[in-house]
Amino acid sequence: MKFSATWMIALRALRRNPMRTGLTMLGIIIGVGAVIAMVAIGTGAKAEVAASIEQMGQNMVMIISRAARSGRVHMGSDSGVALTRQDYDAIRQEISGLVGATPEVRVNAQVAYGNQNVNTTIYGVSEDYPAVRAWQFAQGEHFTQMEIRGAAKVAVVGQSVATNLFGGGNPVGQVVRIQSAPYVVVGVLRAKGGNRMGRDQDDLVLVPWTSAQVRLTGRTTFRVISVQAESAERIPDVVEQILALLRQRHNIREDQEDDVKIFNMQDMLEMATSTAQTMTILLGAIAGVSLLVGGIGIMNIMLVSVTERTREIGLRMAVGARAADILLQFLVEAVVLSVCGGVIGIGLGYGMARVVSEKFGWSTLVSLDSVLAAFLFSAIIGIFFGFYPARKAARLDPIEALRYE
Amino acid sequence: MKTTAAEPQPVIRLESLDKIYQTGAVAIHAVREVSLTVAAGEFVAVMGPSGSGKSTLMNLIGCLDRPSGGHYWLDGEEVGALSPSALSQVRNQQLGFVFQGFNLLSRTSALENVELPLLYSAHGHGRRELRRRSQAALERVGLTDRAAHPPSQLSGGQQQRVAIARALVNEPALLLADEPTGNLDTRTSIEIMAIFQKLNRKGMTILMVTHEPGIARYSRREILMRDGRVVSDQPVRERLEAVQELGRWQGVAMEEQA
Repeated sequence: MKFSATWMIALRALRRNPMRTGLTMLGIIIGVGAVIAMVAIGTGAKAEVAASIEQMGQNMVMIISRAARSGRVHMGSDSGVALTRQDYDAIRQEISGLVGATPEVRVNAQVAYGNQNVNTTIYGVSEDYPAVRAWQFAQGEHFTQMEIRGAAKVAVVGQSVATNLFGGGNPVGQVVRIQSAPYVVVGVLRAKGGNRMGRDQDDLVLVPWTSAQVRLTGRTTFRVISVQAESAERIPDVVEQILALLRQRHNIREDQEDDVKIFNMQDMLEMATSTAQTMTILLGAIAGVSLLVGGIGIMNIMLVSVTERTREIGLRMAVGARAADILLQFLVEAVVLSVCGGVIGIGLGYGMARVVSEKFGWSTLVSLDSVLAAFLFSAIIGIFFGFYPARKAARLDPIEALRYE
Repeated sequence: MKTTAAEPQPVIRLESLDKIYQTGAVAIHAVREVSLTVAAGEFVAVMGPSGSGKSTLMNLIGCLDRPSGGHYWLDGEEVGALSPSALSQVRNQQLGFVFQGFNLLSRTSALENVELPLLYSAHGHGRRELRRRSQAALERVGLTDRAAHPPSQLSGGQQQRVAIARALVNEPALLLADEPTGNLDTRTSIEIMAIFQKLNRKGMTILMVTHEPGIARYSRREILMRDGRVVSDQPVRERLEAVQELGRWQGVAMEEQA
């Protein structure tokens, strides 16, 4: 007997009972659909977290001076005084494996152009800031080292500030006023959009850190210095060097705590993505249970079907079907049910992921891996749960089966 | 066994065939030392009360069951010793079955029902060949116009004719009928016998189990079984011609109407 005949026999048998075929498939459709959609939501969340962290700067390490303490009294987050200009220079000169470093002097101020004005955050930064914090320019360019050294009154504006002050016009070369002092706009940053907490990342103005210290804050220390390591692998080494350098420079005794905190993007990335990964596995596992239930549904229906079709099986044997032909027919029926269900389920899962994306604005990602896995898994379910009923059918005695009422 | 032109091969040759069922401690001797020869072109009716062993004998001849002892040659080939899968091919190629309960696949057209044995044939046929052969078989039982209908839209007699077409589709050497008229009214029974007689006249060997003496009279040879043995084996006297009987029925129906 040819294998194609087995297919024809099995497909005809399924077609004879479209309602049952459809309902049996539904279990697999929902199971596979749920797995695909859940994994897509999990993977999408992971990718989004990773992207938003990458946006803050690649291989970035942030050195934050701890809030000053007086006895047990916390002096507030702005009271940190640990990092000096000399510390910054020392970091630039003595730490190996860095590609850039920048202080971040932060102050909220009003910026005005003509009769427009906005409240925004001013960052006093170095020439390396765009590289360290992964900014690109929409227009113009960043201010130079010379301008920093000379505490020049130049500024780079974020996209939101540019839109609010200049409307559609080109800000480069225009003069804005920050706390009454005129600054020449030399560049406009390309938009990054909102971050995961919903804060507008484009609502900022960059000025040379020297200008910020002299004209805006009046302080000589930094609360934050950000550096960029050459590669992700160099980060632990860079962190160690910085801590050692700063302990030495700040004369910290062996038994004393560091006076800075270090955040490194790599750790944050790993922490955030592993959380997302756990969520993906959890969602996938819950959906997997429904797939398993779908498989058991196939076995259940196939068992009922074998009993109900006993006379048919007897007849098939009488007209020349071998036990192997019967086994194969029922196995093919089960596999066709599960694989068709799987394919429709993949479509459904993809659709659900799209709906979730559009309705809730969550990013989802249907990966090829999950599609292949779902397809393979549904075929395996068909074989696994189809085998027992198929064997039961193949072992029937034709005489008994023909006489079965 | 060699065939000669003068002495044609018998379709069935049984030599002291035995069948013993072991049910717990009790052994049931269903068929005892049956020896029988059926030549090509015969139309045999096997009669006997229930429990006489006629169904068991039928299952043995139909290769659905294996004998406990003795020998069985089907169309010259000893089949008692064949493997189960070889027996499947024998059933497929040499035998055609007609049952009391028709045993058609529901929700499947008459044509596809007739195709079924072809699908299990070792040769493998193309789709068009399947269609052609099953259409030809339906033509032999006069049902071409109902080919697309499922069994639920056919009368009992039509269903049994589809079953006969299914039995014929692989050109078997022997047609086995187990109580073929058991579920049919008298008139339809005679119609089925008319088909059997027509097939037999064209050379088909038929073995039919029945418990209705009136039906046995359409065959040519009558075998009576009791307690697993053949107790009588003789040609049918006062043989009935189904076509004539149908004519008489028509007459009766007309008288009733008048």
